[in-house]
Amino acid sequence: MLKGGFIQNLPKIYGLYTGGFIVFILLMAILESSGVSAKTIGQLFLAFTVLIYALIGWLSRTVQVDAYYVAGREVPTVFNGMATAADWMSGASFVAMAGGIYFGGYIYMAFLVGWTGGYVLVASLLAPYLRKFGCYTVPDFIGTRYGGNFVRFCAVLVLVIASFTYVTAQINATGTIASRFLGIPFEQGVWIGLLSILMCSMLGGMRAVTWTQVAQYIVLIIAYLIPVFWISNKFGFGIIPHFQLGPEVARIAELEAQYGLVKNSADAVKAAGVPGGLASISTAHSAVPAGSAWKYISLAICMMVGTASLPHILMRYFTTPSVKSARKSVAWSLFFIFLLYSSAPMLATLSKISLIDPNLPTGIIGKSISDVQNIEWVRNWIAVKQAYIADFNNDGILQLNEWFMRGDVVVLATPEVAGLPYVISGLVAAGGMAAAMSTADGLILAIANALSHDIYYKIIDPKADVRKRLLAARVLLVVIGALGAYIASMRLTGILGAVAWAFDFAMSGLFFPLVLGVWWKRATREGAIAGILLGLASGTAYLVYVAPAFMNRTPWLQIDNLRFGIIGATVSLVAMVVVSLMTKEPDAATQKMVDDCRVPSGKPVISRQH
Amino acid sequence: MSNKDAHFEKTKSHMIVTLAIWFFFSIVVFMFGESLNSASFLGYPLAYYMTAQGSLAAFIILIFWMSGKQEDIDEEFGFGEREDD
Repeated sequence: MLKGGFIQNLPKIYGLYTGGFIVFILLMAILESSGVSAKTIGQLFLAFTVLIYALIGWLSRTVQVDAYYVAGREVPTVFNGMATAADWMSGASFVAMAGGIYFGGYIYMAFLVGWTGGYVLVASLLAPYLRKFGCYTVPDFIGTRYGGNFVRFCAVLVLVIASFTYVTAQINATGTIASRFLGIPFEQGVWIGLLSILMCSMLGGMRAVTWTQVAQYIVLIIAYLIPVFWISNKFGFGIIPHFQLGPEVARIAELEAQYGLVKNSADAVKAAGVPGGLASISTAHSAVPAGSAWKYISLAICMMVGTASLPHILMRYFTTPSVKSARKSVAWSLFFIFLLYSSAPMLATLSKISLIDPNLPTGIIGKSISDVQNIEWVRNWIAVKQAYIADFNNDGILQLNEWFMRGDVVVLATPEVAGLPYVISGLVAAGGMAAAMSTADGLILAIANALSHDIYYKIIDPKADVRKRLLAARVLLVVIGALGAYIASMRLTGILGAVAWAFDFAMSGLFFPLVLGVWWKRATREGAIAGILLGLASGTAYLVYVAPAFMNRTPWLQIDNLRFGIIGATVSLVAMVVVSLMTKEPDAATQKMVDDCRVPSGKPVISRQH
Repeated sequence: MSNKDAHFEKTKSHMIVTLAIWFFFSIVVFMFGESLNSASFLGYPLAYYMTAQGSLAAFIILIFWMSGKQEDIDEEFGFGEREDD
């Protein structure tokens, strides 16, 4: 059917796939207009996309170590960029980011800069050098560069803590979406979500995850961009919202001044019976709060440095054919991420103005509460406790501080609020599912690979044959996934903490050991062990000290529980430098290894099959 | 100084320049968020624009530029990869 191999035909294959997906969307639109129920359309969207991913996963099955761990190192630059973007953008990015910006304003947008700026660190400090090294996992680099099983074990420890913090939230998101659109209880939704995730990764490891992630990226970006462009054009705000929403941002500021931004007291909110997790607008949309520079910058630093330390992202750059393409691939990753991230503030703006501007037909603020309660989408979202109206001043008119909703509603309900057909909501569900699945796959694979390659093969049984190694990898994949799903089904994620914690854990324990491993020859094994363990321990201790769920003490210098990585990474750096200088310089072989990884030409530092 | 050392020196300065530009767009700009916001770009307040799009776009351009330049440095010292590697 196609001339040449799979890799040569990638643009054609994914072009066909994208065309097919668009045809499918149109088909759903036709079904909707011919009277098929919204519920059926939602189910068809989920079932169709998940089956496609499973098919890709099955077609990519492999029995080779190289293909299982690093996709055979043949993923072209641009496609690896797409896969990384899907790996990176989680269910939380897709569903919650626009809502976070909607309620959090300027300070929250530090996440946008943090989650993109980190890629500059990845490209300039790490990706090309780790690619040249030729490792299978991130702890594989640490273990080989510094030598010894104990330092390898320490790296695995940080990897597992950081990735596991992150993965339960993803499985939780797949469960939420599956339960909402398939009409099943959340606890069952979680297991269906897990099954879908494992179908993508189990048979083909990294190779299967790579090709499903590319497919998932295409679905999630289409699902995110269509509503943003559609709403902007429908209301006549501009053909390309990214360049033309200036007047709307100004209008929001004007309305904020007119209504006044009131922060409701916690007692009043509680007394009015507002369900947990819902918020009203109390932060300015675009204004910079006075004296907030450090608050913004400290959050951005944590997210940037954390990005450059997260193993599931770094390992994506092990799959490119060359050092050069690893570097360029980082740029492409960021480009594909940018398409979604730059749209999130636009979606937040569109969503906010369509709700608060009384001159728009969709506006609800300033209208009579009994009218607003009769609007269909308001009724629906109030019924599922995702929105709420509390008439604090008993005047029967909806004020800005009297409308409460959950942040996720911004992405999930805006198409409905703006009067877009239901097919768009089904599309958004498929996009959210793709985002959560792709990240979960990357994370579970990172954990399972570290345990199977670094702990089982390198430490426990170095003589294990290929069959045994891959069997161990697959069994671990299922076990880790099941553990994540079990924890997610207990709905503990609120206690397990924010996604931001994963970044702080990773930067506390891994950033300096990785970077100095490449850039400072003098770094020794003892230094690395001290850096990893003291960084992780001090970061965790500080987290316990400030986190509201634990000791809830006053943070130093506004470094709160979202920013504890600053403490961890600083301790890690100091410990690593001091201990390295106190111990004996690394031997000639290690120094040569570092020299070799700094130049693109020549053989990989670790042999190809290891 | 050996060829390898010269290559690394140049790579290192290139890395430092890259990180300086990165530092400007990720940190320095936002140290002055309040005053920048009184200026505007495309009709958006400037600091808002930078955190919503501007810095993000700068990072993409920066990485493409950084990779291209690093490839030149690698070629200059004869450390570029051969296509059949």
